Amino acid sequence: MTGSYSTNEFLAVLLLVAILFPIGPLLAAWSWAKFMCPAKPGPHKNAIYECGLESKGDAWVQFRSEYYLYALIFLVFDVETLFLLPFAAAFKGLPLGAFAAMLFFLLLLVEGLVWAWRKGLLAWK
Amino acid sequence: MIDEGLRNELSKQGVVVTGFQDLYNWGRKNSLWPMQFGLACCAIEMIATAMARFDLSRFGSEVFRNSPRQSDLMIVAGTVTKKMAPQVVRLYNQMSEPKYVIAMGACAISGGPFKQGYNVLKGIDRFIPVDVHIPGCPPRPEALLHALITLQEKISKETFTGPGRPRHLDPNAPSEFPIPVCGPDDLTPPSNPEVWRPPTMVRED
Repeated sequence: MTGSYSTNEFLAVLLLVAILFPIGPLLAAWSWAKFMCPAKPGPHKNAIYECGLESKGDAWVQFRSEYYLYALIFLVFDVETLFLLPFAAAFKGLPLGAFAAMLFFLLLLVEGLVWAWRKGLLAWK
Repeated sequence: MIDEGLRNELSKQGVVVTGFQDLYNWGRKNSLWPMQFGLACCAIEMIATAMARFDLSRFGSEVFRNSPRQSDLMIVAGTVTKKMAPQVVRLYNQMSEPKYVIAMGACAISGGPFKQGYNVLKGIDRFIPVDVHIPGCPPRPEALLHALITLQEKISKETFTGPGRPRHLDPNAPSEFPIPVCGPDDLTPPSNPEVWRPPTMVRED
């Protein structure tokens, strides 16, 4: 059978299949859960804790946001050190351009540190 | 419903014909996820059942979950003390539907050797509905495997409608059961009358 099909028709079929293929099972799963497993909520079922023991008092853990800041700054400098290692290993064979680029990178590193210091990010509040 | 003879004839030709209900039950019975929860010596046997020698995973239920939200099978393995009973019922309440319970060992089904004691619950079926009881002290892993197969057979016979339908398909059946409170002498209430009715003794003279 010979026929003239344009590429657009194939694309339309592909698009249709691409949409139906993920959506179909999702819809089936959703309707399955909706009709075959009635939700039966309750105060115990909706409770947060899962170990069987009831929570007593406030369960919030006090965690200071400065820890995140310290971790972030540490991570940034840690990753930058990763770039310094190959720089040190290939130091003698570096062309001038690469050396200048690396110096610029170091400048940025120091500048970032100074900026963080001036902003008071390293001071524990 | 398809004729049984036709179904047999088709299966000889390599064509499997099944119904929606059978497919549903087949999927469910082969993917029971037990909750990782043990109380006493029976729990060691339960652990052994999951290990390589007995290999619970042959039956599709090796995925012991740490959270009641993700489990649909509670294996009450071991002695349920009265102090621990509220926690067991609470965990059962937090499990997702449909959910099943296997009471493993003499202690879990009746209090076992501690039945005369003051601190042991005389069977977890006083508070939550138990599907399969396993006798023994402690029952061997084979017994737990047998209980699992028994439960799977029970699940495969469940129907969507009618009076024999499972609890989770009955909109009036409760999903949560009242959690007992530790009173001065005993758990209050000492049993849930909706779940447990003491058997009436009939003496034949």
